[in-house]
Amino acid sequence: MPRITIDDQQIEVAAGSMVMEAAHAAGIYIPHFCYHKKLSIAASCRMCLVEVEKAPKPLPACATPVTDGMVVRTHSEKAVQAQKGVMEFLLINHPLDCPICDQGGECQLQDIAVGYGGVVSRYAEPKRVVKEKDLGPLIATDMTRCIHCSRCVRFGQEIAGIMELGMPGRGEHTEVMPFLENHVASELSGNVIELCPVGALTSKPFRFGARAWELSRRQSVSPHDGLGSNLALHVKDKRVLRATVVENEAVNECWLADRDRFSYQALNGADRLTQPSVKDGGRWLEVDWQKAMAQAAGALKVILAAHGGDAIGFIASPHQTVEELYLFQKLARALGSESVDTRLSRADFGGQQSGIEWLGMPVAELSTLDRVLLVGASVRQEQPLIAQRLRQAVKRGGQLNLVHGADADLLGRVANKLIVRPSALVNALAQVAKAIAEAGRDVGAVAAAIADVGVSDAARNMAASLLSGDKKAVLLGALAQQHPAASELHALAQAIAQASGATLGFLIDSANAVGAGVVGCRPHQGGLNAAALFAAPKKAYVILGAEPELEAADTAAARQALASAELVIVLSAFKTAATNYAQVMLPVAAFAETAGSFVSMEGRLQSFRAVVPPQGEARPAWKVLRVLANQLGLAGFAQDDVGQVLAEALPEGEAGVRAKLNNGITGVTVSHLTALSGIERLGETPIYQLDAYTRRAPALLATADGLGGQTAAAHGDLIARLGLVVDKPVKIKQGGGETVMRLTRDDRLPDNVVRVPGNLAAASPLGPRYGDIGLEKM
Amino acid sequence: MTLSAQSLAQIDKEVAKYPADQKQSAVMAALRIAQVEKGWLSPETVEFVARYLGMPAIAAYEIATFYNMYELEPTGRHKITVCTNLPCQLQGAGTVADYLKQKLGIGFGETTADGRFTLKEGECMGSCGAGPLCLHNNHTMHTHLSPETVDKLLDELK
Amino acid sequence: MSVPYTGPKVCLWTLDHPNPASLDTYIANGGYSALRKILAEKTPAAEIIEQVKLSALRGRGGAGFPTGLKWSFMPRNYEGDKYIVCNSDEGEPGTFKDRDIIEFNPHQLIEGMAIAGYTLGAKAGYNYIHGEIFALYESWEKALDEARAAGYLGKNICGSGWDFDLHAHHGYGAYICGEETALLESIEGKKGQPRFKPPFPASFGLFGKPTTINNTETLASIPWIMRHGGQAFLDLGKPNNGGTKIFSVSGHVNRPGNFEIPLGTPFADLLAMAGGVRDGHTLKAVIPGGSSAPVLPADIMLGCTLDFDSVAKAGSMLGSGAVIVMDETVCMVKALERLSYFYYEESCGQCTPCREGTGWMYRVVHRIERGEGRPEDLDLLMSVGNNIAGRTICALGEAAVGPVQSFIKHFRQEFEYHIEHKRCMVGA
Ligand SMILES: Cc1cc2nc3c(=O)[nH]c(=O)nc-3n(C[C@H](O)[C@H](O)[C@H](O)COP(=O)(O)O)c2cc1C
Ligand code: SF4
Ligand code: FES
Repeated sequence: MPRITIDDQQIEVAAGSMVMEAAHAAGIYIPHFCYHKKLSIAASCRMCLVEVEKAPKPLPACATPVTDGMVVRTHSEKAVQAQKGVMEFLLINHPLDCPICDQGGECQLQDIAVGYGGVVSRYAEPKRVVKEKDLGPLIATDMTRCIHCSRCVRFGQEIAGIMELGMPGRGEHTEVMPFLENHVASELSGNVIELCPVGALTSKPFRFGARAWELSRRQSVSPHDGLGSNLALHVKDKRVLRATVVENEAVNECWLADRDRFSYQALNGADRLTQPSVKDGGRWLEVDWQKAMAQAAGALKVILAAHGGDAIGFIASPHQTVEELYLFQKLARALGSESVDTRLSRADFGGQQSGIEWLGMPVAELSTLDRVLLVGASVRQEQPLIAQRLRQAVKRGGQLNLVHGADADLLGRVANKLIVRPSALVNALAQVAKAIAEAGRDVGAVAAAIADVGVSDAARNMAASLLSGDKKAVLLGALAQQHPAASELHALAQAIAQASGATLGFLIDSANAVGAGVVGCRPHQGGLNAAALFAAPKKAYVILGAEPELEAADTAAARQALASAELVIVLSAFKTAATNYAQVMLPVAAFAETAGSFVSMEGRLQSFRAVVPPQGEARPAWKVLRVLANQLGLAGFAQDDVGQVLAEALPEGEAGVRAKLNNGITGVTVSHLTALSGIERLGETPIYQLDAYTRRAPALLATADGLGGQTAAAHGDLIARLGLVVDKPVKIKQGGGETVMRLTRDDRLPDNVVRVPGNLAAASPLGPRYGDIGLEKM
Repeated sequence: MTLSAQSLAQIDKEVAKYPADQKQSAVMAALRIAQVEKGWLSPETVEFVARYLGMPAIAAYEIATFYNMYELEPTGRHKITVCTNLPCQLQGAGTVADYLKQKLGIGFGETTADGRFTLKEGECMGSCGAGPLCLHNNHTMHTHLSPETVDKLLDELK
Repeated sequence: MSVPYTGPKVCLWTLDHPNPASLDTYIANGGYSALRKILAEKTPAAEIIEQVKLSALRGRGGAGFPTGLKWSFMPRNYEGDKYIVCNSDEGEPGTFKDRDIIEFNPHQLIEGMAIAGYTLGAKAGYNYIHGEIFALYESWEKALDEARAAGYLGKNICGSGWDFDLHAHHGYGAYICGEETALLESIEGKKGQPRFKPPFPASFGLFGKPTTINNTETLASIPWIMRHGGQAFLDLGKPNNGGTKIFSVSGHVNRPGNFEIPLGTPFADLLAMAGGVRDGHTLKAVIPGGSSAPVLPADIMLGCTLDFDSVAKAGSMLGSGAVIVMDETVCMVKALERLSYFYYEESCGQCTPCREGTGWMYRVVHRIERGEGRPEDLDLLMSVGNNIAGRTICALGEAAVGPVQSFIKHFRQEFEYHIEHKRCMVGA
């Protein structure tokens, strides 16, 4: 390792590292703009010029490799003179109106300029003015402020995986812009807001919401997918006004998905539930907590007396905290019900699982995999930053194989694809298993069942891919987990993983699904799972944060069951459709308004504090559950802070979590090897319909993904065959229910497949997310 | 929007010059070929070329805007680009440019009302010894210009 | 030496023949014999590089870097493709020599690139031709077809079992693509923006592979060197400045044009060959090496011989050998304004000092020319220049500063007159 002297400090640095990194290691700050540790080196802003002994000219620290014995001075007169010169050039065409700039107070240009004691301008010529660009609902522009660092452009090319911004033009006429009037559509686009060192790219929803110094910045964890991205919520007057990234190399690196960044909008929306309400003779009355609790407890007692605790179903959202879910299941069991679950979107619960499903490996390892088999996963929609990790793996030479019910553009090279209609997914995965068996590997229990499956070339190539390379994983996505034959896909994936020496993992789509399982929010002996709870209606339901009429695997069945129940008690942060079927609605704190913990898909336990108080009369759900239990005279609900609840829920903390994680499955017979013949539904959840928050964030819903997620889609050939019209409403019928949605064309869908998204209000009257469906011209 | 079979054949010939995974190398030639066929590069044309070469549209647009000889707006039938750099200047390019402007009644960057001529100011064309000189539609150079030779040239360009 | 020069010429000798560009003319006069010999005898690369070093051939593209030395930087036993690239993007105002080589002796360039390709182990080569001379892009491609047909390019060249092919790539109006790494980016289908070095092209070049880039005249000189030996080439010029070199003379002379003469020839002789200063006028100033070389006043030039070292000693550079002659009628402010505009418009725009500084310098000079100059402007220009030079990714920074600082240095009183009297001294 080369030894170098930097500002009279002797340090050893890894060979091949740049002076910039060496300085960082030595705790020395070198001003810079274009340099970013996760992006390729541009060496173009020249702000990082330093003096290097024996070099005739100052050298850019970001692009100058260290050599043994090198002597670097970052603040010598020569260095500072060079840096000041560059700063002057950057400022001559930059507006000097920081007070009215949205970046003011958090601008690197401003900070560094001030550091040099504010340059008096010798520039007497007219300043450059640059035309604004409309980049869509998330990113505001002030392009005259651009300093051409090209970070945003490199981010698109290198991290987001899609070049949406470029720098057309030459010399000082160069401008950052999209092609034509295009909006940026990447699900990671918001990161350029933080990458931009000046006020050229800022947050549109936040725009001028506050000055940087008026905001208090409090750390939290994203409540959406199972990654658990670390973020900072910026608060003013008890309102969350924006979210920015908190770096965590092991989890989200230094990135956020757009929904992590903009979903806070839902917290300040108009449809927050802020008052306890009870239904009285068909009318909703806002009441105080005492009355509401008394009513809830009383009604539950009536059910208990008449039918026993077993008659009550308990449904919670997997986006609730560990503490809330622990008390929720504790309440259920204390009332004598084993029917408690959070897996609303699941249809098939077959086989015996050895433990709680999880990623099967640390998230960070995804970026270094040599071979991946993705099964039924639209990763960019389900875990945008996991997709980013997989692209890094591909860049490193890894091979991505995709077995899916629709072609998903992963923005990286996909080695082999097997795109089939959802009902053919079991057969497709069986082909891969068979190909592996034919290569002489033992696929165990499934061998017999798949013996006469015909193997396609794609499957054979996938097998070859999986049988080479060292670090491998077979990953099951949302479609695989929601599939009517999910347990068979699970068993086949397990067989493939074992036979090929790969890790079996689940890509978890909700923030605390793992935590829910770990704290026992699952039906045990005699209890009913989420699907059964609606298939065989209960007399009463207690619902925490969930919207079963949107989120259930079969929303029609869920609506039926809830409508026919004698009692439905809903704990929610929002005014939901529950007003149609509930008798009691209790306002609870939303994320950011309560302390708690999530367990991520890699089994990481992350706790966070409340950053703002709950709105109106809302209270943290764990407190509401505790009080409700007390009202019911139940023992064991005396905790007086979340810490106590967590200690009780996970006495061994993360170690206790890990002990319960296991992706094994037994007792499955693979039988769904033949596909449906008619038109079938693909009911995946769109990226911005995932949970109560994304569904209520206007800016996200206004993006291309947000709008696309609210339409039905089919292949052009099918649209033509059925004589339907693109972009016109179409009638969709399934089971007893029907609805009307706008039909769009998506030729990445297999023939005879209609994408009618799940978790969508418009699709709520329909039946199962997957299975036969009908389309009719209006 | 597409290009003629001949144009596509020419583009394919250019693509063949580079390694199989380096199709983008042909983008300069492809845009040039497209411009010869269409007269200028409309956004649709740029997007078509990008798709044909499997590169992002914005990346092709970067090329079209970085290099001076691509036209992003329609021009006259005859684009005349006069080098006004110092060596040509010393050899009388100024006089020739003024003569052209006066004769066509337009300035640099303008097109005659009848859509016949566009006049442009150019940078060094690497042929100073033969200056004053100009390019006709990018690809034909006319050298040793004087008011007399300019008259002849303009008459030839219908 | 005698005027005009009648000794041996390395590159433009074909002009003494009826159809200079034809393959027959070339072969009839020993063309391709060097390549044939090398392939037949399987001459070791080291021997060829030795000859090139001995010849003291220095890069004709502007930097004057010793070619033999540059060739020795290429990794010898590298697995995978390597490339040779010829720089014919001749866009430096005043330079128009490479175009004549391509027009009048295309096969010598092809043979030179083939020998370079063989020596450096390249699998293919590209010649980047200035967009504005498009006709020569087409004519050179025809020459390539002739060479292929005659078995000097393509598979199994001259039956030696060695495969090598050449292609033409055209620019389309961007001076910066003459900078070797911008040129590589441009061949890759990107904006012509220079790369930061290190890594140098010899390790990370075209498509990320080891690459050697030479100027057209440099590569065209190789066959002559291999045919007559490095010593003979050296003897044509003077020590450390081997060979004849093409000088492009433009501006206020009676016969502008290219003159291939030995390095070390006195400037006065070259001026005479070009028919001298326009009749009835006197020499005022000369830019001896292309527009980015510092301008020199007449007296200094007339005492100067034309080789890399002497011109450098005189305070400028030989550069590409583009000699721009100016007589007493030239307003130095106006001349500088045009050059500053050129560098401002041609800056690729990626690095801050050049993107912002060239515009700043042009606008100030423009103001002075318009008669709106201020006394402090000249010091400002000098200081802005100092903040650009040496702080940029590529040498366009220096190229833009050279004229500004040298014009002010040698002709300050003209600038001061403009500022003071708001009009031009010349003719006043
Ligand atoms: C702004 C700029 C423009 C240049 N233009 C040319 C050019 O037009 N032709 C050329 O051969 N070299 C040009 N060069 C020099 C090349 O970068 C490179 O040094 C040269 O082609 C190497 O070839 P040589 O060693 O044979 O001279 C330019 C350099 C700079 C910085
Ligand atoms: S010096 Fe100018 S031309 Fe060279 S890289 Fe920088 S901006 Fe581009
Ligand atoms: S940070 Fe080094 S040049 Fe920009």
